[in-house]
Amino acid sequence: MNSPASFMDAPALFSADGLLGIIFLIMIAVTLTGGFIAATAERLVRALAGIVICFTGVAGFYYFLNSPFMAMMQILIYVGAICITISFAIMLAAPERTRKTGPANLLSGPLGFIIAALVFGGMCALALRTQWEPFAKSATGTVREIGIELLTNHSMVFELISLVLLIAIIGAIVIARGGRTG
Amino acid sequence: MSLTLLNVVLAVFIAICFVGANAAYLVWCERKGAGFYQRRPGPMENGWWGLLQPPIDGVKLMTKQLLIPGGVDKAIFMVAPVLAMFPALISFVTIPFSDNIVAHPIDVGVLVIFAFAALGGMSLLVAGWGSRNKYSMISSVRAVSQTVAYEIPLLITTITIVMISGSLNLGDIVQQQLDGFLSWNVWPLHKEVGFNLLMPVSFLILFVCSVAETNRAPFDLGEAESELVAGFHTEYSSMGFGLFFMGEYANIVIGSCLITILFLGGWSCPFGDLGIFPFTHNVGWFLLKIYLIIFVFIWIRWTFPRTTIYGLLNLSWKYLIPISLFNLLLTAGLLKVF
Repeated sequence: MNSPASFMDAPALFSADGLLGIIFLIMIAVTLTGGFIAATAERLVRALAGIVICFTGVAGFYYFLNSPFMAMMQILIYVGAICITISFAIMLAAPERTRKTGPANLLSGPLGFIIAALVFGGMCALALRTQWEPFAKSATGTVREIGIELLTNHSMVFELISLVLLIAIIGAIVIARGGRTG
Repeated sequence: MSLTLLNVVLAVFIAICFVGANAAYLVWCERKGAGFYQRRPGPMENGWWGLLQPPIDGVKLMTKQLLIPGGVDKAIFMVAPVLAMFPALISFVTIPFSDNIVAHPIDVGVLVIFAFAALGGMSLLVAGWGSRNKYSMISSVRAVSQTVAYEIPLLITTITIVMISGSLNLGDIVQQQLDGFLSWNVWPLHKEVGFNLLMPVSFLILFVCSVAETNRAPFDLGEAESELVAGFHTEYSSMGFGLFFMGEYANIVIGSCLITILFLGGWSCPFGDLGIFPFTHNVGWFLLKIYLIIFVFIWIRWTFPRTTIYGLLNLSWKYLIPISLFNLLLTAGLLKVF
């Protein structure tokens, strides 16, 4: 069965599936809007606000995909920790009215567009050509199951996270030591 | 229970009413409390004992002009008060007031509250930055460094409780504390952990952190009037300021709900279920406990002077975090042993 979905197969607008579809579209819109603001804003703080909107939209996707744990972690870590850290960096480093930094170089001009188009095309091709199989719902998304999965099937990821944390700690020590003179 | 549209609308309506009524009348309680601790009557003019003061204040706030100063970053300036109020509203969705009064008993309830509390931190930052005002800027940097510092011991202490009860669902956490007040998590007598002497200390840490997270005196460095005018909400007038104010009180209610659920047995009766009406497990006990905690919040605010920013950050990084980490390790060890 690999018939492409046609418009006629779509569920009615006010059925449960239809409303779910609308929510899905809203979340796509939120994520894309956030990303667009982040990429085009002239003030750094507005770009940060865009990132926050984008992350919140992605959290909505996780919730939609029946994983409230991931959704909440997305908000807690990305919005609550990472965005606040970025904002600290902006407050400490950037002067009040910083506009775009420096002239556009090759990477932010045509080359960037070409790379983005290639990635987009590649992803589209991948999505359209793959034989999608509905994945059996393995976990209900509870913490216990996530913990067991993380320490058995995905222990590599777990180890890599600890590596990232180690690098972060070393980096923090290096930066903090660098400032000391006496 | 079927999730019809009517149920959803009703739940949202009740949540908003609860938050609004609490915000309005906690301000009244705060002013009465302030009066009590300073030997004066507090608001007395409108209605009996000044009970009509909150609605009148509300009307005043709503009819004032919403001034937007010329230099502000308008979009960000307008978003901040909304961001202050709406996470608090969402957190109420998952708080169980009793075994059957809960809007949506989500499996990761604890995380919902912390995730949206983090969003509340964003609002202070955004408000201070958007105002384009030096005092607001300083205030928001302070408020955010404070939020970040106190979120860590708060989370670690919560993880300790989650480890003991084995669930992130707030309702399940309460279900294990229903056998009278000796089974509450605040005592070092929990059967899974044996005798963990640090539990009362953990309770104190959670309490101090909630006072700090809600930016209340003695930790209200963000809006220290004598140094920073009014901090991050200096430039806000009318309901913009009103939303910050309501958000603060909503956060206080959420903080005391969290303390009650994690450590004080939620809706459980302190004497166990005796079968006669006021001494069964019911929502009355929950409300009694949260308002007692809110009373202590008010008591502390009008008793202690404001700390310094260094004292505040030192307290978190040098004392609260190590102690809460130690209790986490101790609890993990005891869970293995018993």
